[in-house]
Amino acid sequence: MLDESLKSDLQKRGIFVTSLDEVYNWGRKNSLWPLQFGLACCAIEMIAAAAARFDMARFGAEVFRPSPRQADLMIIAGTVTKKMAPLVVRLFNQMPEPKYVIAMGACAISGGPFKEGYNVLKGIDRYIPVDVAIPGCPPRPEALLEGLIKLQEKIAGQRLLGPERARHADAGDAAEYPVPEYGAHDLEPAFNPDVFHPEPSRRTDA
Amino acid sequence: MNDLAEAIRQAIPGAEVERIENPGPSGQHSLLLGLPTARAVAEFLRDNQGWDFCSNVSGVDWPARKVKETVVRKELVDGVEKEIQEPVEREVPGYLEAVYHLYSIPKKSGPLVVRMRTANRTEAVSVPSLTPVWKSAEFQEREAFDLFGIRFDGHPDLRRILMWDEFEDFPMRKDYVAPDDCEYEPTPHDAVLALVKARQEVA
Repeated sequence: MLDESLKSDLQKRGIFVTSLDEVYNWGRKNSLWPLQFGLACCAIEMIAAAAARFDMARFGAEVFRPSPRQADLMIIAGTVTKKMAPLVVRLFNQMPEPKYVIAMGACAISGGPFKEGYNVLKGIDRYIPVDVAIPGCPPRPEALLEGLIKLQEKIAGQRLLGPERARHADAGDAAEYPVPEYGAHDLEPAFNPDVFHPEPSRRTDA
Repeated sequence: MNDLAEAIRQAIPGAEVERIENPGPSGQHSLLLGLPTARAVAEFLRDNQGWDFCSNVSGVDWPARKVKETVVRKELVDGVEKEIQEPVEREVPGYLEAVYHLYSIPKKSGPLVVRMRTANRTEAVSVPSLTPVWKSAEFQEREAFDLFGIRFDGHPDLRRILMWDEFEDFPMRKDYVAPDDCEYEPTPHDAVLALVKARQEVA
C-alpha cells in the first residue's frame, strides 16, 4: 500500500495517487442499495431513516429495491420468526454478490425479548453472516445511520486481491447458504455451523 | 346468569349448562356447555338471546392436578359418635378448555363467557366448532387448535394458523418443552456466570 504521508504530500503538489481497491470500494460503499423489506417495528425506524428527516440519501443508501436481485444490502429490521427464517435466507441467497447484512435491533441480533420463546429465531446470524449488528429496541434512525457508516468503513477496508480478499472476490464461491427446513419441533438444522459459532456455555438444567 | 341457564334448559331439552363461579373480585362467571348440545345452545344464544357477536376465543390447558379436600366422617370413638375431619387428596384429570367471549350489540352488554371442555388432554380433544354460529370465531379457533391442540369438529378450515404445517407440538400447553436452542447471553451473570467459571476451571 502507498504510504499515507507520501500520498498527502503528492496531493499537495496536485498529484492524486490511489489504488484500484480504493476507487472501486469508494464507489461501492456510496451506492449501497438496501433490500426493501421489514419484519417488525424496527422497520418503522428504518423507514424513518430513509425518509426526509434523517435522509439516508446523504449516504447513498436510499434506493430501496423491491427485488433481491437488485439489492446489495439486507437490513434485517425486526423479529425473525422461525416461520420467516427460511424465507429470509432464501432472499439473501437470491441477492448477487457483493452483499452485506445489517442485523437491526435486539430481535434480529439475538431474539431480543422473545429469546426464550418457542417461535422466534434467536438471531439471524445462525443462518447468514452478519456484518453490522445494531443494538436497540428499536434502534433510533441515527443508530441505523451509524451502522451504515460502519458498514461503509468495512467495505472501504475490503481487499479485492491477495489472501485476505473479500468473500465476493472468490469467483467459485456461490455464496449460497443452506435454507433451513420446517421440522416437527424446530427448524432443521437449528443453525448453520459454518456461519454460527455459539457461546461455549450451554444450558444443562433442561 | 342463572336465569339464562334456566332459559336454555327450557328451550333446549337435554341441554347441559352449568354455571361456573369466578371467586375473584371481578366475579366474571361463565357458562359451561355440554358438548353434544353446545351448537344448539350457541344458536339459541345468538338468535333468541341477542348474543350476536363473538369477540374472543381462547384455549386453556388444565393439566391433571391434585385437589386437597377435607372429608368429615362420623365414627364411634369409645361409644361416642364423633366427627372426624380427614384430609383427602383427589386426582382431577386434565382437560382442555375453549372459552368464548360473547357480546350483545342490541342489549349493549357483555361479555358473556361460555366454556366447553374436552374429555381429556390426549385423545378426546374435540369440541364442536362454533364457527358456523359466529363467523368471527374461525381464525381464533384455528389459533386454539394450533397452540393448544383442541380439535373443533365442524370447523370449515381447521389448519395451523401461526406455526408451520409440519410443526407437531402444541406450544401453549403446560407440558410443552421448547427446543433447547437458547445459548446463554454473551455476558453471563449470576447462576450462568458460576457455570461458565466452573467450566473454565475444568478446561
